[in-house]
Amino acid sequence: MNRLTYRKAVNYVMLTATGVCTVLTVSVLFVILGYLVYNGGKSIDWDFLTKLPLPPGQDGGGMANAIVGSALMVGVGALLGLPVGFMGGVYLAEFSGKTLGFAVRYMADLLNGVPSIVIGIFAWGAIVVPMHSFSALAGGFALSLMIVPITVRSTEQFLLSVPRALREGALALGAPKWKVISTVVVPAASKGILTGMILGVARVAGETAPLLFTALNNDFWPSGLNQPTAALPVMIYKHAISPFDDWHRQAWAAGLVLLTMVLATNIAARWIMGRGVSAQKG
Amino acid sequence: MAAPAITANQPRRQSILSRLHGGDTVAHLFTLVFASSVLLVTVLLVWMLWSSSGMTRAKFGFQFFTGTNWDPVAGDFGALPFIWGTVLTSVLALIISVPLGVGAAIFLAELAPARLSDSCTFLVELLAAVPSVIYGLLAIFTLVPLMRLYVEPFLKRTLGFLPLFQGPAYGGGYLTAGVILAIMTFPFIISISREALMEVPRDQREAALALGATKWESTIQVVVPFARLGILGSIFLGLARALGETMAVTMVIGNDPNIHLSLLAPGYTMASLIANEFAEANDALHLSALIEIALVLFLITIVINALARLLVIATRGKGTAHSA
Amino acid sequence: MKNWKMPIVFGVAILGLAAVAAGQTKKAAAAKPVSMNASGASFPEFIYKRWFSDYKNSHPGIEINYQGGGSGQGIKDLTAGSVDFAASDRPLTDAEFAAARQPLYFPTVLGAVVVAYNLPSVKQPLKMTPEVVAGIFLLKIAKWNDPRIAEINKGVTLPGDDITVVHRTDGSGTTFVFTEYLAKVSPEWKAGPGTGQTVKWPGGLGQAQNPGVAGAIKQTPGAVGYVEMTYVLDPKSRGNMEMASIKNSSGEFVTASVASATLAGSAAADFPTSITNSPIKGAYPISTFTYLLIPSKIADPDKKAALAGFLKWMLVEGQKTAPELFYAPLPKPVLAKDQKQLAQLQ
Repeated sequence: MNRLTYRKAVNYVMLTATGVCTVLTVSVLFVILGYLVYNGGKSIDWDFLTKLPLPPGQDGGGMANAIVGSALMVGVGALLGLPVGFMGGVYLAEFSGKTLGFAVRYMADLLNGVPSIVIGIFAWGAIVVPMHSFSALAGGFALSLMIVPITVRSTEQFLLSVPRALREGALALGAPKWKVISTVVVPAASKGILTGMILGVARVAGETAPLLFTALNNDFWPSGLNQPTAALPVMIYKHAISPFDDWHRQAWAAGLVLLTMVLATNIAARWIMGRGVSAQKG
Repeated sequence: MAAPAITANQPRRQSILSRLHGGDTVAHLFTLVFASSVLLVTVLLVWMLWSSSGMTRAKFGFQFFTGTNWDPVAGDFGALPFIWGTVLTSVLALIISVPLGVGAAIFLAELAPARLSDSCTFLVELLAAVPSVIYGLLAIFTLVPLMRLYVEPFLKRTLGFLPLFQGPAYGGGYLTAGVILAIMTFPFIISISREALMEVPRDQREAALALGATKWESTIQVVVPFARLGILGSIFLGLARALGETMAVTMVIGNDPNIHLSLLAPGYTMASLIANEFAEANDALHLSALIEIALVLFLITIVINALARLLVIATRGKGTAHSA
Repeated sequence: MKNWKMPIVFGVAILGLAAVAAGQTKKAAAAKPVSMNASGASFPEFIYKRWFSDYKNSHPGIEINYQGGGSGQGIKDLTAGSVDFAASDRPLTDAEFAAARQPLYFPTVLGAVVVAYNLPSVKQPLKMTPEVVAGIFLLKIAKWNDPRIAEINKGVTLPGDDITVVHRTDGSGTTFVFTEYLAKVSPEWKAGPGTGQTVKWPGGLGQAQNPGVAGAIKQTPGAVGYVEMTYVLDPKSRGNMEMASIKNSSGEFVTASVASATLAGSAAADFPTSITNSPIKGAYPISTFTYLLIPSKIADPDKKAALAGFLKWMLVEGQKTAPELFYAPLPKPVLAKDQKQLAQLQ
């Protein structure tokens, strides 16, 4: 075979190989979805969504308290984290000087990269130890620590993307800077900021590790921010490693609920924003 | 502040102005407080990790990283088995996900029509949103039996002469954890490498093709090297994620605090150790040891993340500077 | 203009209201609602959760949230004051006892630590001697058809599969009882891993809590581990798992059961006490009491009353539920001492 034929063959083989890689990686998502929909779909029932868990060894019951508990702790996390993240992003985009801006950005990136179990340790030391109790507050605090860096960076990014012309026009009309920001810049970037917030919240909704030794777990309805609280991801973990077939069934159902929520949020957020980096040029 | 000339129509102009200026200062300070709280929290986190691990740092010094014995009862703590497990599973994850991920990125950036490329990337990026515990759930019930019944016996039959594939194959262990971590790192590698490849200016490709290169040759010899920093950055980002992964790994790795050479053997990672032992560490030295492990994990991920961001930023700048 | 703010404010308000509402619904439930948290041993978790559920049904408003994170966690949480009471299968050391402010031991039931295994091809239950058990967990016996296992199980076809040992990752009272037994019957074990809530296992897989170990054994053919007998006997968790009958100190192979655990505890009068390797005929050699650790001083009078009420119920009604869930009720002398101690609490 001459050199050209060889090169053409290599070309064909390698390019096909990259196609195969793509098929493999994309199909993983479908495999995951497939298993969850199949196993979760046949396990989910009205009881699962509305009843409390039964003692081990008894079939039935549900994870209603974990669904509410997760919502509660994600809510606390969002309440604590979103305002801080938003204001921090506004500061970075609008007011910051060189050094402090660099420091805050760097720290936000740092915090973003911290493994969630280490965040859990910090929340344990900061809230559980002084309070002498496991609590939804501690769990929510841990989640807020993960929401803040995501929100800061995305808020900053979208505020910076607002065209200068808009700002300058408002300033030229005599509006003070803070008014320009609140009535012109932020609304212009609102789509992106909101998307960033939604994505951040969706990300922490599925976190397990930071809740393990902050919120513990609870067999009953959430009874207060200072009490141990059940969460869906923690329940999935405990049920999956247990020997009870009914608990496995419930773990699948919980997985389906969690995944649906997370994926739906992600898809909605991306749809609001339009595609990220499009392959379509020009 | 000197009062500007006031007309009769705006008698309180000066005070309005000062209030407005004050408003800006207030807004500045207000947002500054929130921004500083980010700074404060991070500093507190690092301080807490450092100070709470003081006991074991003083007692063991660098021996902590070379010791292989983890014995809470005897008060002897050596982190090597966990460092080994963390590094091994992450490296395995990269060995699997880098060829697959970069290959897919090449296809999506160079070959696929725009619509297909966008939708496939969208789907792959969704994988990044799947919570770790769901990966673990799937791993226990589908991946582990698959490994035990088909993959591992096959590896033992074909490559069993290597110490890497010897010993009992029970289904979990380093290799299985590596596979699940690989799946979790795909999205990062594909998404960011694809962006890096797409930023390579057209003239580079066209020049290679004009010289008679095949599409593949142009890709592998010109485009990929041009985008290498971004691709490398994506690998580091994926690595950082893999190093800190807790739940999916804890559910399949076997949690054995010993160093094994065989990929089929059970192992332990730093994150899994903390997840398993932190809740019941009653003894101050044990707690200190676990927090020191957290500190090590924290430092490693920080360094890798920083490198990743530098690399990705470097490519972004480079690409735009050269384009038409 | 300000459209984006409204959904956020609205959403946050909804969440806040939900949180408040959740708190309010709890309060509206019963006249004197008491909510308590407890953590500790996973060994009796099976029956404790059942008890707390039954008790809540008969005494609405009294919610006791029990999370079995292992005896070690229970002791730690009790010492830190993060729970109202704890549970442990093992006695506290002197240092732990002092740090936890001298809690009261309340034995609740008797249970048995069984050697559970997953060998679908072996239809008859296996017999094991203490030496074989120690050998397996020391990783000296690596395959199921090892001669040492075969010679005591004549007539049984053993597969040539590798033995996969499963043990606990967390600080466990079950581990303590199991290793205490092994230290008594095997000098090699005593010199090696020894006794403790965590030990240096020569190898094998680790998983969290009793259900975790049971789950791992159930999922892994060829696996063997140690769990409370209810996880093997209860049809909901059993799967393929079987338990080995262990040769006791009188030379007979005893299968764990409510009866053989009862025999093991029959001579106990005081607590905390160890009943492993009991010389009593027919007794299962790895049996144990399990205890609730109640603080000697409870500040909140409602919680104190609720707890006293529960314990009183547990010593009468609770004991009746035990055999159904494969735990043995307390022997009379221990029950009597428990009741005396209860008076001290009130």
